[in-house]
Amino acid sequence: MTDITILQQYKKPRLNQRHKTLIYFIFAVVLLLCIAISGSLMGEIAITTRSDAKNLLPSMAHPFGTDWLGRDMLARTLKGLSISIVIGILASVISAILAGILGVLAASFGKKTDAVIEFLINVVLGIPHLLLLLLISYALGKGMFGVVIAVAVSHWPMLARVIRGEVLAIKEAPYVKIAKKLGQHNLKIARKHMLPHIFPQFLVGFILLFPHAVLHEAALTFLGFGLKPEQPGIGIILSESMKYLSLGMWWLAVFPGLALLSTVLLFDLMGSSLRSLIDPHSANK
Amino acid sequence: MLLEAREISFGYKKGYHILNNISFAAESSERVGIVAPSGFGKTTLCKILAGYSKPSNGQVLLDGEDVYGMKGYHPVQMIWQHPETSVNPRLRLKETIAEGDQIEQRIINALGIEHDWLNRFPGELSGGELQRFCIARALGQRTRFLIADEISTMLDMITQAQIWSFLLEETEKRKLGLIVVTHNTALAEKVCTRIQILTK
Repeated sequence: MTDITILQQYKKPRLNQRHKTLIYFIFAVVLLLCIAISGSLMGEIAITTRSDAKNLLPSMAHPFGTDWLGRDMLARTLKGLSISIVIGILASVISAILAGILGVLAASFGKKTDAVIEFLINVVLGIPHLLLLLLISYALGKGMFGVVIAVAVSHWPMLARVIRGEVLAIKEAPYVKIAKKLGQHNLKIARKHMLPHIFPQFLVGFILLFPHAVLHEAALTFLGFGLKPEQPGIGIILSESMKYLSLGMWWLAVFPGLALLSTVLLFDLMGSSLRSLIDPHSANK
Repeated sequence: MLLEAREISFGYKKGYHILNNISFAAESSERVGIVAPSGFGKTTLCKILAGYSKPSNGQVLLDGEDVYGMKGYHPVQMIWQHPETSVNPRLRLKETIAEGDQIEQRIINALGIEHDWLNRFPGELSGGELQRFCIARALGQRTRFLIADEISTMLDMITQAQIWSFLLEETEKRKLGLIVVTHNTALAEKVCTRIQILTK
């Protein structure tokens, strides 16, 4: 009897690791999309001030409470997060493209190019991140433009190193060399062998840049070197609520802070589940 | 055709050569065995002969033309020791085999390559099956010399015998030069018309 039941249990179609990872990935993407879209629809509500609803504790009507001008904190948080997500995407795209170009250049054009790019990587990595961000953002006149460029310019080195390593490795792969000896053109080899090898790394690296970009945008803004007060990024919300924290209005900082944290973790989940989906070592688990 | 190595030396580090002043020549009707102990630089020698690496000194000439830097389909084809790294794991075998010359059906049959393998990925074949595929791939129309770098060391006896008897027949028929680089003196004596033993 017991043998049969065990067999039957085993036969039950269960979710394997791949399915689970896929579900995590979709969950993260959908939730982030919801945040971004709902945030961009919140524009009006987020700036509506109501003198009859000032400083309210979290309740059914206002799940995140209201602030000192009677603005709904949930709407403000969503709006702030969607701004942060847009900035994160812009900065990561620029950063990833920079990383891709420099990584491929370093690996493909001889020792001198490699040395110059390696030096650049070391310089950017050597300067404390936040300091570099502050300087660039300040020099570019702060605001959205300054933040995006500052985050993009300071985040490419890690990914550039990964891409450089991958290109170097694939260039030495016997099958690439054999393809050349079989008369394949360099461009065709790049398209058929190299791109499919590098692209997954690039994509995952790009997505994992998001959380950094979002956090650094928030940090910059919080310190006053980032977005302007009329662009209600999550950093602005946090730095403004600082003044009211001592008055006991804890919800002004706790909920936006938690929301920021979960957004960052969602991006991280998205990146790491995507990696395990396309990485050949874990793809078939 | 004549494949000729003229006093080739090679070192991975400056001032330290693993290959020193090696010279030999092979006609395309010959089967030459090069026997060397483990760690001697057999694979390095193969790569130089097939034009994959540039020797630090000396030259490898095919009818007077330097093999390093030849463009297009290379008449000196090398079969690598490890078949699993010589095919792209992301491509189906039919895409890989399409990279070179058209391979005659006769060769595919003789090596026991089933048609269904070509629709599979390299990971779905065994090492021996993959090695037979790699041998077939190297036997394109324009191949004049075949360099075999320990191609049968990881195969079972029966497959080894099949592969070598096929290669003997094929090189004889097409007047292909075969250079067998191995540590196995017995194998080289069986297969080759001439043996050169390399010592330090």
